[in-house]
Amino acid sequence: MIGATALLGKYSGRYGVRALAVTAAFAGFLSASSALQAAENYDVDASIKIGSLYEPQNLDNIAGAGQGINEAFNSNVYEGLFRLTDAGSVEKVLASDYKVSDDGLTYTFTLQPNVKFHSGDPLTAKDVKFSIERVVGPDSKSSRKKSLEPITSIETPDDNTVVVKLSSRSISLPYNLSYVWIVNDAAKDLTSGEDGTGPYKLEDWRRGSTLSLKRSDSYWGEKPTNGEVVFNYFTDATALNNALLTGAVDVITGVQSPDSLAQFKDNAEFTVSEGKSTTKELFAFNDRVEPFNDVKVRKAIARAIDKKKLLNSIWGEYGTLIGSFVPPTDPWYVDLNGVDPYDVDSAKALLAEAGHADGFTFTLDTPNYDPHPIVAQFIKSELAKVGITVNINVITANEWYTKIYKAHDFQATLQEHVNHRDIVFYGNPDFYWGYNNPKVVDLIKSAETSTTTDEQTAKLTEANRTIAEDAASSWLYLYPQIVISKANVSGYPVNGLNSQFFAYGIKKSAD
Amino acid sequence: MLLRLLPGDPANTLLSVGADPQQIEAAREQLGSNLPLGEQFVRFVGSLASFDLGNSFISRAPVADEIVARLTVTLPLTLLAFTLAIVIAVPFGIVSAVKADRWYGAAISTVSQLGIAIPVFWVGILLVTAFAVNIRVFPSGGFPSRGWHAPAEALRALTLPVLTLAIVMSASLLRYVRTATLDVLGSDYLRTARALGSTFTEALVRHGIRNGAVPVISILGIELASAFLGAVVVERVFTLPGLGSMLLLGIQQRDYPNVQGVLFVSTLLVLLVGFTADLAQRLIDPRLRDKAGAAS
Repeated sequence: MIGATALLGKYSGRYGVRALAVTAAFAGFLSASSALQAAENYDVDASIKIGSLYEPQNLDNIAGAGQGINEAFNSNVYEGLFRLTDAGSVEKVLASDYKVSDDGLTYTFTLQPNVKFHSGDPLTAKDVKFSIERVVGPDSKSSRKKSLEPITSIETPDDNTVVVKLSSRSISLPYNLSYVWIVNDAAKDLTSGEDGTGPYKLEDWRRGSTLSLKRSDSYWGEKPTNGEVVFNYFTDATALNNALLTGAVDVITGVQSPDSLAQFKDNAEFTVSEGKSTTKELFAFNDRVEPFNDVKVRKAIARAIDKKKLLNSIWGEYGTLIGSFVPPTDPWYVDLNGVDPYDVDSAKALLAEAGHADGFTFTLDTPNYDPHPIVAQFIKSELAKVGITVNINVITANEWYTKIYKAHDFQATLQEHVNHRDIVFYGNPDFYWGYNNPKVVDLIKSAETSTTTDEQTAKLTEANRTIAEDAASSWLYLYPQIVISKANVSGYPVNGLNSQFFAYGIKKSAD
Repeated sequence: MLLRLLPGDPANTLLSVGADPQQIEAAREQLGSNLPLGEQFVRFVGSLASFDLGNSFISRAPVADEIVARLTVTLPLTLLAFTLAIVIAVPFGIVSAVKADRWYGAAISTVSQLGIAIPVFWVGILLVTAFAVNIRVFPSGGFPSRGWHAPAEALRALTLPVLTLAIVMSASLLRYVRTATLDVLGSDYLRTARALGSTFTEALVRHGIRNGAVPVISILGIELASAFLGAVVVERVFTLPGLGSMLLLGIQQRDYPNVQGVLFVSTLLVLLVGFTADLAQRLIDPRLRDKAGAAS
């Protein structure tokens, strides 16, 4: 291993003991230079073993494959016209250029030349049309289907040009198209096979265990810095950590068990990186039903929970407090923690004003996996202090979807929301939490038809501020996004926006 | 069938937050989970009659292919563990009975009692901590992506799971062997054999083991069948892609075709094991053969 310890060991051996501060400063410098060295001496044919908890359910992102498929396939096996980068910007990939008409209703995309699918067929405009229509089609299970609704027609004047017509302006179209995989229109089986244009092709999928991707030699773009990527799937966080500890995997895509961090943090064999997360822990009320249809009750509850203590007890020093649904990486983020700060007395006063001076009782539907049961216990004890009794009802993820998401049959619930830019859910009064403020509905709708991104940002910032003032839900905290790798592995994405995990830049040096 | 009465819907597994109501209904229709229970069951029995286990709701892959792929993990796991359990339990069981009055006879008996009390997953976790995390001789879990095309890796991956299962199985098996041996030791025929001049060991090997084996074999059959069940837990602890993990995941996702397929195949296996145990008993004990012959 060419890690920080090896070099540091040599250094202190030669020069003896120095003042602590100096050593620390040098340690920083040395670990940076050793990372550089590791990156220069990487093995171009290395096999990168990635540990993950999210095995795809099948291989087609419109057939309900789950978040695991974005992790394994986005930009690795399939590419879109655009890509959402790890930094959060949208860049052109298979679209080499595009033009927007003055009314914003016609987009003309020019395709990257000389692109071939893994099967050998060339990429043509017809494949793009087929791919977009797949996502908006009747069999599509994509959660992004709705965002592509403005598309009215797709034309292919020649093999290299795609013209998309819209019914209304859609400033997020390039962003939304980053979710649309471009697949070969002649591909037969996309649920257990693939035909994409990405830097890797599918080698083998052993369900319940591993998914292997091999470098594609006919890739049109820059070659990956490794030869092969194997995703190893685990069902619990402890087994995943053990695999990293014992060297069975090189990197894990996201740490889900806070207790395990200690064993990696002060160990020079591993690199712990904290990225920017978009996963929000949400205490959602059913805003349609008593007593949660009263904004005072919602604000009282928001003020009665010491979120800082909650975050600290779950994640220690990691994670971020957010005063609304918007993470700091979205352009319309503003710090809204001050809207309903922790204040038990004012919570009690608000409850009294709302006519609940003696409190009330409600049922909290709690998904049975971490961290929700612990969070539910915490909420229960916090709300007991203002006289509110919480009955915790534990349900499975599958029941959650039927009971809460579909039937809206609940009073309050807990859920983690993983996506980037998902404030739009507050603009849909039929969404499970039933928040209905016409001002917000209008702001979110008109933000999408903005002519400039500044206008869009201004409107969504306003929407963001309004939902916080209405305490539409109680936003408990933003999960930390932590990636851990062996010290000889570098070049992986750390933010994991929308669960993506680009593998093509990962470098591994000899141990 | 009962599983379908549980709340939940396979369509939920395929959809995520953000899907609209039309998409949900379309998915249910596609899977047939919107049909009445009776009709779903009739469809299942109909396809079973033609030996078609159908396709998974979630992965869309044929259930039969998936089961075959996963049997390459579960079968070696259970058979190896079973063999190892016999190798441990039979000699130690006999010794602990024959030498019941010695300290080691009592010690074996006590250790086995303890073995029965320990849950499988705990043995697994202990072995992982000792042999994977601390001294790093075996992997902590998983199965090589090339499967049995990498036989050495595959065997290494199975070592700890096999040990785990064998330790737990051999503990209860040892109790049965011990009891059977004690019965034999107290029997008239053994005393007669010794009176006719055989040494104790000769008598035990020639008459004792054959007589003692009959009840033990029927227990072995049950043990092997339950090893398939024990594999569910072991596969989970070691994240092995076997039938057990397929069953668990299928239940979580409400993937009825997968669950029914696994149950169907494991029932077949259990019946097959029972049948083999019966045959083995008849080979060992001529009296069973005669009775069967007289009855037919």
